[in-house]
Amino acid sequence: MSKNIFRFFNKQKEFEQDILKNGMGYSGFYGDSFKRLKKNRMAMFCAMLLILIILVAVFAPVLAPYDPTYQDYSAVLASPGPAHPFGTDEYGRDILSRIIYGSRVSISIGIVAQVVASLVGVTLGAVAGYYGGKTDSIISRIMEIFQAFPDLIFAMAIMTFMGKGVLNLFIALGLLTWVRTARMIRGSVMQLKEKEYIEASRANGATTFWIITKGLIPNCLSTIIVLVTLGIPNAIMYEASLSFLGIGIQPPTPSWGNMISAAQTFISYRPLYSIMPGVAIMITVIAFNIFGDGLRDALDPKLKS
Amino acid sequence: MGEKILEVKHLKTYFHTDAGLSKAVNDVSFSVEKKKTLGIVGESGCGKSITSLSIMGLVEIPPGQIAGGEIIFEGEDLLKKSEKEMSEIRGKKIAMIFQEPMTSLNPVFTVGQQITEALMLHEKLTKSEARKKGIEMLKKVKIPLAEKRFDEYPHQLSGGMRQRVMIAMALCCNPDLLICDEPTTALDVTIQAQILELINELKEETGTSVMMITHDLGVIAEVADDVMVMYAGKVVEYATGDQIFEKPMHPYTHGLMSCIPKLDGDDTKRLSVIEGMVPSFDEMPKGCAFCPRCPEAKDICRQKMPKLAEAEGRYVRCFKYTQEWEETGNE
Repeated sequence: MSKNIFRFFNKQKEFEQDILKNGMGYSGFYGDSFKRLKKNRMAMFCAMLLILIILVAVFAPVLAPYDPTYQDYSAVLASPGPAHPFGTDEYGRDILSRIIYGSRVSISIGIVAQVVASLVGVTLGAVAGYYGGKTDSIISRIMEIFQAFPDLIFAMAIMTFMGKGVLNLFIALGLLTWVRTARMIRGSVMQLKEKEYIEASRANGATTFWIITKGLIPNCLSTIIVLVTLGIPNAIMYEASLSFLGIGIQPPTPSWGNMISAAQTFISYRPLYSIMPGVAIMITVIAFNIFGDGLRDALDPKLKS
Repeated sequence: MGEKILEVKHLKTYFHTDAGLSKAVNDVSFSVEKKKTLGIVGESGCGKSITSLSIMGLVEIPPGQIAGGEIIFEGEDLLKKSEKEMSEIRGKKIAMIFQEPMTSLNPVFTVGQQITEALMLHEKLTKSEARKKGIEMLKKVKIPLAEKRFDEYPHQLSGGMRQRVMIAMALCCNPDLLICDEPTTALDVTIQAQILELINELKEETGTSVMMITHDLGVIAEVADDVMVMYAGKVVEYATGDQIFEKPMHPYTHGLMSCIPKLDGDDTKRLSVIEGMVPSFDEMPKGCAFCPRCPEAKDICRQKMPKLAEAEGRYVRCFKYTQEWEETGNE
């Protein structure tokens, strides 16, 4: 009996020492969020899917059975078979290979456009939110002007004005989406700048630049991460739309958008030709969206009731 | 009188609000001597915090406005300094401890990153030097397992612990003046005593001067050499700590004193309170600001504002200690 009691106290002591040594099992904000994310099966599945898609894009030359621009006139519009799993297009190019290479375009455009949008959006949003007053009014009016145009027509206008090309596509899509980021960051910064730790930081001798970059933006990081993840599928869709309309990625470079565009003539004859790039877009966009939603829930547990 | 480190002369800080002009700090003068502690006492909204923010240059302009006065710190007028010069003084020469330890630390950075903020800003130390100094500071404020706490986040610390971190942050550049804005209000009583003791100890050790802002006379009794009592943006009594506790002269100070529960007193008596509230700026009485709540007010108090005048070796803003008091009758 007495032995048992001692064992209990020893256990207690061990436990206390363990806490002293390792803390209460806290792993910081992002550690906690990751734990929550891991519990969300659907989001984790989509994360795997996204990793897979990105790997496919990176290792396209290894994975693709053919050169995506190689034209085989002996197999024009071939039906699916062992040599060409999804068939070939009107120039005899392997559709599977073109889809694999197309992922490079879609993923890179999605990511780069979002990086551009975030850089512009976070900077302008933080400046507007922090300074308020006249600075805020000017930046807010600019944002309103950008939002006053229909998105697709705005992107088409920029592309026709600047000319076709991948770089211009990055810029056009970045310009299209920065407003949303800027608005969110502006709101967050306005709220955060009233916090006491910002005042404490100022009392510590921090300059405005220091406060914005080291005090405010790190506190907005989870918002930025979610915005980027949910913005990428948007950019992919816009790229596809623009390429479909013929002002995005130019053939022979394969992109999912321009493949669908080329396939529409043959839709009844070779349905797989237009369906497969569509499926690729759909899977990528859905995966990004579900993963982004999961990420938002994980980073902001208050949202989940 | 010893050497003065800070001298505030006729400071006026006003706020322009929709309801009109609020004179939050109205012609306040005081000084802090080297290695001494000045206590500033008053109810909420009497201008204590705005006084300290004015010294730090942290009053938001607009709506705020420093309408006049001088703040002489080490021989130079802080009000004439540019924003850049001020940010070099803040944190290095004048440091501040805030009221709410729970919200005064940035939740996304570790304690260590925040303590070393001032070191990196002012002394341009490298990361490893700053880390060493930061851990040393944590040990100085008596945080157990300093090396481990250094890498923890604020939410992993208790309130008292966070206030210690705030003190460590404030003192890591060896400031000449430490402004404590109600440093113990949010803490429970035992922790309060520990924190005050710590501030006193560190003051002795580093030789900084302290400006202690509080509404708690118990805190003043603990730490202050001189005491300034503020009411509605004005100084009403300015004396040494001993004088105040021996004999409070202004009726307001007297009222504050009798609000403190006495353990050895007659426990059947009700605790006395000062009736009413601090008047807001748009309903400020014509005469003495305290007269609507003053038990001894006479006609003269309602007609004009008394001056801050010397009486019995200290300064009091009350007609009771002037010639006019005897001449006017009670209604």
